[in-house]
Amino acid sequence: MSWPAETIARANDIIARYPERRSAVMPLLYMAMREEGRLTDEGMRLVAGLTGLTPAQVQSVASFYVMYKTESQGKYLVSVCSSISCFLLGADEVLHAVEEAAGLPAGEADDEIGIEHAECIGACGGAPACLVNYELVEGVTAAKAKEMIEWLRNAKPEVINADELQTLFGGRRSFDWAIKEDNGAIGPYPAFPPFGTAAHNTPALEPGRLATRNSRPATPEVGAS
Amino acid sequence: MNQTRVLFKRMTDHPADSHTIDRYLETGGYEQARVALGRTRDELVELVKTSGLIGRGGAGFSAGMKWSFLAPARPAYLVVNGDESEPGTFKDRQLLERDPHQMVEGMIIAAVANEVHEAFVYIRGEYPKPARRVQQAVADAYERGFLGRDVMGTGYHLDITVHLGAGAYICGEETALLNSLEGRRGEPRLKPPFFPAAKGLYMLPTIVNNVETISNLPHIVERGIEWYRGLGHDVDTGTFLFSVSGHVKKPGNYELPHGITWRQLIYDVAGGIRDDNELKAWVPGGASAPWFVPSEHLDLEITKSVTDSSGSMLGSGAVIVMDETTDMVAAAERLVRFFAEESCGQCTPCREGTTWLDMILRRMLDGGGRAVDLDLLYDVSDNISVGVGWPPKQTTICPLGPSAVSAVKSLLEYFRPEAEAHIVRANRVPVTIKGFGQ
Ligand SMILES: Cc1cc2nc3c(=O)[nH]c(=O)nc-3n(C[C@H](O)[C@H](O)[C@H](O)COP(=O)(O)O)c2cc1C
Ligand code: SF4
Ligand code: FES
Repeated sequence: MSWPAETIARANDIIARYPERRSAVMPLLYMAMREEGRLTDEGMRLVAGLTGLTPAQVQSVASFYVMYKTESQGKYLVSVCSSISCFLLGADEVLHAVEEAAGLPAGEADDEIGIEHAECIGACGGAPACLVNYELVEGVTAAKAKEMIEWLRNAKPEVINADELQTLFGGRRSFDWAIKEDNGAIGPYPAFPPFGTAAHNTPALEPGRLATRNSRPATPEVGAS
Repeated sequence: MNQTRVLFKRMTDHPADSHTIDRYLETGGYEQARVALGRTRDELVELVKTSGLIGRGGAGFSAGMKWSFLAPARPAYLVVNGDESEPGTFKDRQLLERDPHQMVEGMIIAAVANEVHEAFVYIRGEYPKPARRVQQAVADAYERGFLGRDVMGTGYHLDITVHLGAGAYICGEETALLNSLEGRRGEPRLKPPFFPAAKGLYMLPTIVNNVETISNLPHIVERGIEWYRGLGHDVDTGTFLFSVSGHVKKPGNYELPHGITWRQLIYDVAGGIRDDNELKAWVPGGASAPWFVPSEHLDLEITKSVTDSSGSMLGSGAVIVMDETTDMVAAAERLVRFFAEESCGQCTPCREGTTWLDMILRRMLDGGGRAVDLDLLYDVSDNISVGVGWPPKQTTICPLGPSAVSAVKSLLEYFRPEAEAHIVRANRVPVTIKGFGQ
């Protein structure tokens, strides 16, 4: 397997933004997930080739971070926060409802849905909160969470949009979101250009538009001053 | 109790478009970057030092002092810490989402002050929306000539790259963050020798500051030291963002002056306790901070020095409120579990200790508590942080391990009878019958 030429070009754009190739390993791992829906050995080998690392080094990095998934999470990864502020307001009931509605215990996935518990996702003022493909929904209840799982199974949305999730299934928010966004996530990895978004309204963020390393003067090697 | 809106002003006045470059420019945006570009490093470092600006990432260190320690080797880097993952904290998310240009302008100021030409914003992976907003802000700033080869026509060059984390609380710790940005496992480095200001990103001098810290800079440059100090209370200058969550009627982020009391914060600002229940305890500064209780702490002033000397800390400003219905053993377990899950595993006391603390608390909750368990909790805590005191002694590479002890220490100190009751109750029935512990 290899990546399409366009993906390789994007990867090289990302690499060019950093003083050292190795730094691009994290964004490239996300690109690998976008290509195959999960992180495969082959994907990690490609990242290794592009960043000048060994496959073992890439795997060692990938295994450190919980958002790099080597197992398939289906199309929708539902992460239910179970840290303190959400716990105080019923997160355990929400997780239970999600597990029951999906017919899956936390930590497992079928072809459509993956369920996991998450540690604090920075939405404590809108507790209990969860993420679907890392897009946020705040102020959920057990009943709403169950509806959300049924909606994912039946409506099978192509793009997960936080505003839509919040309108349909959310409640109290940490703060006023104020501005609607029509972009969203297209898989179980963060919607961040150039990897992972529906990207239909972000031409300004296409690689190359962000003048980065090409606008930089040469940086001396590490250790030089 | 009125909020003092400085960092939150634009988003409050212009909720629909505070994140756009047009609104930012219309409200005076990037003028302070221009001012800073006309000043020297010494002038800017002195300005920030005398403003009294304290880092808002949790460690509470003077920003100006940190800048003055930057080693002379070049290139130097600036890294903004947007990893915000401490349970209870959600202020940086609001700043990133609602006013990203405020931070970008702050970054230009910090870059000029520290002779930096290459800067990074590290945003946690679970924050794709804030990251998209910042990425858009950076792209717009490039387009208008505020970033790039020739910043505002001055010949200064500055590049900003937005970097996404991938789900690891420990990457909020600055040296772990730098490892992560270098494409490594997010494991903290030993300090000394790896103080970022001396040996940071790629072993070069690096300034790491929190999103809120950086967002203060345009205001300090614009309105000066007198004004900034006047907002605060004695040595705690400026405003402070509190993230209030838990059993209050009005959770949320509040921008307030230092020096109000906990009573005012919990009852006036955050609307009091849900259902008018009794307040039982609160966490004053994020999951790492020891708890406060109403009988001792409700009328204390909220300042760094008072909080520090009362056995806790303001940290990242996360206030987690618990009412009378809260099972304190369950609360402690939930806090400890976080650290057990997020330990990077380099240090034995942290990796093993947090896991043991969690297992003991869990068996107490599951009805399998043993008479020795409270002593055991203390012993394990003592192994992680000798003496179980405050501030915690550190046996480990970073403060994460010792932070896990805070909840256990608070449980034993303020709620020992409640913890004992869990054990007594547990032992009245066979331990194998789960959930039958009444
Ligand atoms: C375990 C741990 C987690 C941390 N998490 C964060 C964080 O999420 N955000 C942050 O700004 N600082 C965090 N810090 C503090 C940073 O190490 C560092 O002190 C801070 O980013 C410096 O910025 P400041 O001086 O502007 O506060 C953390 C520290 C530790 C020990
Ligand atoms: S104290 Fe814990 S988190 Fe910090 S370096 Fe050691 S093992 Fe890692
Ligand atoms: S505790 Fe759930 S979002 Fe912070």
